[in-house]
Amino acid sequence: MLQDIACGEASCNTDGVYGNDFGAPDDPAGQSLLDQVEAAERELRSAAERRLAGDDHLQGYFEAIIEADQKVEPRDWMPDDYRRSLVRQIAQHAHSEIIGMQPEGNWITRAPSLKRKAILLAKVQDEAGHGLYLYAAAETLGVSRDELVELLLSGRQKYSSIFNYPTLTWADVGAIGWLVDGAAIVNQVPLCRCSYGPYARAMIRICKEESFHQRQGFEILHTLAHGTPAQREMAQDAVNRWWYPSLAMFGPPDSDSTHSERSMAWKIKRFSNDELRQRFVDMCVQQASVLTLSLPDPDLRWNAEREHYDFTQPDFDELMQVVKGNGPCNRQRIEHRRRAHSEGAWVREAAAAYAAKRAVREPAGV
Amino acid sequence: MTDFEYVLGLGDDALVAAQRLAQWAARAPEMEEDIALANIALDQLGTARLLLTYAGELEGADRTEDDLAYLRDDRDFHNCLLVELPEQDFAVTMAKLLFLSAYQKPLYDRLADSGDERLSAIAAKARKESAYHLDHASLWTVRLGDGTDESHRRMQDAVDRLWPYTHELFEGEHADLRAQWLATVEAVLADATLTRPADGGWTPGGGRQGLHTEHLSYLLAEMQVVHRAHPGARW
Repeated sequence: MLQDIACGEASCNTDGVYGNDFGAPDDPAGQSLLDQVEAAERELRSAAERRLAGDDHLQGYFEAIIEADQKVEPRDWMPDDYRRSLVRQIAQHAHSEIIGMQPEGNWITRAPSLKRKAILLAKVQDEAGHGLYLYAAAETLGVSRDELVELLLSGRQKYSSIFNYPTLTWADVGAIGWLVDGAAIVNQVPLCRCSYGPYARAMIRICKEESFHQRQGFEILHTLAHGTPAQREMAQDAVNRWWYPSLAMFGPPDSDSTHSERSMAWKIKRFSNDELRQRFVDMCVQQASVLTLSLPDPDLRWNAEREHYDFTQPDFDELMQVVKGNGPCNRQRIEHRRRAHSEGAWVREAAAAYAAKRAVREPAGV
Repeated sequence: MTDFEYVLGLGDDALVAAQRLAQWAARAPEMEEDIALANIALDQLGTARLLLTYAGELEGADRTEDDLAYLRDDRDFHNCLLVELPEQDFAVTMAKLLFLSAYQKPLYDRLADSGDERLSAIAAKARKESAYHLDHASLWTVRLGDGTDESHRRMQDAVDRLWPYTHELFEGEHADLRAQWLATVEAVLADATLTRPADGGWTPGGGRQGLHTEHLSYLLAEMQVVHRAHPGARW
């Protein structure tokens, strides 16, 4: 099974792991992202209360659950492909949280005020927490966290390519919060309605925290954009560098996306890459104007007919290069993770040895 | 009236400890420990902010927590040397945390009952956090000391190397706290099958007077670089 869930060459990062949804793009003043998360939480409760008429046939029962918008739970029968697909998606999401600690963690020790330092430290800590919930959600599907970590370290499973870009200035911390976390929320809000119960529940919790992170990023950029000329320039430079990689977080165009259709049928995924990318652009244009920063796209303009903004697509060849391992920081990020893992091995071994000694000294029940 | 430099020293201990702990972000031996170390760093940072803000008020020169953290040089920092020492491995981090929290806990207990209302409120909050830090460091010291041969060797080595720096904690008016500190630390070391180092010999100090190790200036250079590159900016 591990062979199957390991990623094929450049096919990953296409199933909207760290990047896929948001709602009501035409009504920015209407339902907020958090309202949607809460609606998903209510639905989850009512789905659990409804009872589905029994169906002896397993496949039929599974399909009925999906059809009725109920949740598949760990002990339910599910098709192997559904299980594999979920393991891969949840694991990639977990890996993204863990690797994603690095680019922002890079600025904790240099944060320019104590308040910002505290907020950033708490944010990076939240990411470790998200990684843990997600590995736990994946474990309900019959894999262990250790196996998944091994797939990450050996490069057989991927993480979101966005984290292979460097954080060059303090403003990058703001840009990651605003754009990268913003794109992640747009991708993740629909996952709160995902058909697999443990993943949906993990996403509800994670989305609430992510929306707080996005606000913090926005606030960092807002302060910089309204600060000294050098601060303003730093903020604009960061937005210029992070804009297209953020758009690429939604994955390849729908015409090239490999896993989308089946994931949609299973209600793992609910909107296409291009739909979500459009929602993100529509959301950002308005926010950029509040920031008084510009988005680096000369062709960005309102299309009254479509009722959406027209925009320049990200460079998908660049995305494929980064997915293949040729981004600016791929090697650095994975080496860092491997080093932390290998340098911590003696500590984990000691903890295991100590626990074993204690088990002998104090047999269970004592 | 509480002394500005005294409160500043307490705040600097917490700030420098937080800065060292924060260096572990995304590199801890296990994911749960990444969360725990960040938690402890956040506690120390939170206490540092309260103490530095109060120190600034005591001084009466309109210096904020950020002025004090970012615009002083190493000769004006009053932290003990223990907190500024580099952390070569996880055993050093846990030994430092054990020694520091076994000192901060009874100190904050005492300050919580002091006549200074502000300081006593800060200490009352911080002592609960110190109790958790002490618990966390004690558990790890025991696991590492009584774990494998390698972890035992590393933990003993960290305890031996850091022990001389603990004398500085009890310079001045709280010298009597050392008896309580020793009782706490000796019990943990015994549980961990570690040898308690002998006293006497080298007792480095000077931190409270602004005479530090060579390490502090590098720590501050990193911490202050962005803030100082943009004089007068708001963040």
